[in-house]
Parts: sequence; structure tokens; C-alpha cells
Amino acid sequence: MHELSLVENMLQIIEDAAAEQGFAQVKTIWMEVGQLSCVEKNALRFCFSVVVDGTIVQHAKLEIIDVAGSAWCEHCHCEVAISARYDTCPECGAYTTKVIRGEEIRIKELEVE
Amino acid sequence: MCTTCGCGTDQVQLNGENLHCHERDNTGEHHYHAHGPGASTSRMVRIERDILSKNNRYANDNREYLAKNAIFMLNLVSSPGSGKTTLLIETIKALQHSLSIAVIEGDQQTDQDAARIRATGVPALQINTGKGCHLDAHMVRHAMQQLNLQNNSLLFVENVGNLVCPAGFDLGEAHKVVILSVTEGEDKPLKYPDIFHAADLMLLNKCDLLPYLSFDVERVIEYARRINPALQIIQISAAQGTGMHGWIEWIKAGQLSVRTDKTERVAALPLHSSD
Repeated sequence: MHELSLVENMLQIIEDAAAEQGFAQVKTIWMEVGQLSCVEKNALRFCFSVVVDGTIVQHAKLEIIDVAGSAWCEHCHCEVAISARYDTCPECGAYTTKVIRGEEIRIKELEVE
Repeated sequence: MCTTCGCGTDQVQLNGENLHCHERDNTGEHHYHAHGPGASTSRMVRIERDILSKNNRYANDNREYLAKNAIFMLNLVSSPGSGKTTLLIETIKALQHSLSIAVIEGDQQTDQDAARIRATGVPALQINTGKGCHLDAHMVRHAMQQLNLQNNSLLFVENVGNLVCPAGFDLGEAHKVVILSVTEGEDKPLKYPDIFHAADLMLLNKCDLLPYLSFDVERVIEYARRINPALQIIQISAAQGTGMHGWIEWIKAGQLSVRTDKTERVAALPLHSSD
């Protein structure tokens, strides 16, 4: 259940931003979660609902933006779409190794007041 | 509660002592409150921050400290029961006369593993994560501070037995070493790809049991390299001692490389003349 830790980290980043930028309440959180990241979205939403009580994000809506996975195929010398680490290149069938996108777990933007 | 760093929680313990908050108030109170409706207007704030950025900052601090003191740190990860502690004890016995060694043990509860390690004569510190499922860089930093680590030494971190969560948390180690025992399924690398992707070395343990099992070694190696083509693999039996030589030599070479790196860094420092 490392999603709990991730939500705690997220809360701290937002509280730091609140102190720096002077906002008192968060209405919406846009978060990017990569398809290849170690995050289970349902677990993340569940942990979010547990952790936010009494905090600045208590009434915030959590919007998760899916980031599709992609990797560099060494054989085809091009970027290809993958949905898991052990996916093969759809063009040549080789196992792709260099993940380009899809490992993100980032807070992108907040709507605040 | 914060399972990430233990601050503000009574769950995480170092050798049985609670970790205390020192960066953030742990009263449970927050200083921002919603105000009356209609008084404020919404605005957008760009954040663009990695959720793991704080852990990664601690990990980088750890890495810098370890490099400065030529300490070779390995993060041992596996599922529960793969033989990590036995492996560690046998590894310590093989190396403790030539190298200074310390161990950080991570478990949800009990200090049984640390006690087993201390019986070898090597200092060991137990982190109990309480409900946490992994160690993070901040917990390890606290433990490192308490261990009085020697220069030119080895530091082993035995992570919480879990093939999922420790993959995402950099501790500042030189390498993650994943241990897989042959009593588990060959398809573990495909089922838990993140940890095999994050590791640089896989130890295939309990190989002395292969004659009694239908475990296919070639297949597990093929699966593991699908996930991570650069993964080094050593077949061992920690209990019987087979294959341990390769592992021990790998550690010695790693320790030597951090020592050499340090010497080169020091040699590259500008000389200040006395006049």
C-alpha cells in the first residue's frame, strides 16, 4: 500500500505550495499517472479519501490524467507504444527496454482559492 | 500519519525507539482552512512536481554521503521467505574479516532479523515500518546517522519483504539486488516487473533444492532479461554455500570501485599552495 505514502507526499507538496503562494483551499488537483508507474489508481483514490480529512485538500477533486507508456525500440530506432514493461515492439517483436514515457507520478496543476 | 518518513507517527521505530517529527508539525493540525463561500475566486497554480521528489532528494543526499565516505550500499529486495537474512549472514561471514560491514534491517514488526545479524558481531539497526510496506530514503538516513558507519565499508539494507513497493523508492544505494528463490514461480519477473527492472543484480537462491522442484532456471532467466536485459544473474545457495564466490567477488569489486571513485575525486581537487 505504498499509495498511502504517495498521497502523503502529494499533500506535503501541496501544503508547501500553499505556504509559498498563499492559497487556502484546493478545489481540483490534476495529477499525471503513467501507465508503467507503480501506482494503482483505485488504491490512490482510496488513500486520497482517507488522508485528506481536515487538510487543505479536504474538498478537492482528484483528476487523474493517464499517461500512456512508450519506449524506444533499439531495432527499429523509433518510439513505440507499450502498456507493460515486458511488451514487445509492435513493429519487430523485440523486447523494448528504454522507457520514454509512462513512469510519471506528478502533480501537474491545482485549481485553488 | 506519514508512512513515508515516519515523522508524526508512532508506527515507525528505529531499534524500538519512535522516530520524531522535525520538519513538519506533528500535532495533526493544519494551518489552512476553508473560508466563507463567495469571498474568494479560483485560480490555477502550476506545480509540475514529481510525487517522489522529496524521497529522491533524501536519496541523493544519502548517495552523496556514501560516495564521500566510500561506503558501498546495497539494497536487498525480495518477497518474504526468499532467504535474504540467511544470505546476509553467510555474506557477512565471508567478508567481515576483510571489510567493515553494517546492516539496516527493515520489517513491519520485531527485531528478530537485526538480532540474527548482530549475532555475527556486525552492527545492525532495525527499522520497524509499522504499517508501512517499504523503506524510504528518509528512514534510511536516520538509520545511517545512528550506525556510526566506517569509511571504505559495506552497508547492506535488507528491505521489507515485498516485491512491489520497494521498487519505487530510491534509498541512495549503489544497486538494488533482487533475490528470488527457486521455491517461487519462474514467472515472478513478469508478475512483478518493476522490481526486476529496478535491480542491477538478481540472485537466484536455494538452487540446492532444484533437483526436487520443477523450476525452470533457463525460463526464469529469460523472463528476467525480458524486463531488464542488462540484469546480472548469479545462481546461489546461501545455505549450502554454492555460487557464493561469484556474489562475494561482485561485492568486493563494487566496494573497490567506490573507493577508487573517491580517490579519483580527491586527486582531482585543486591543490592550494601555502603561499
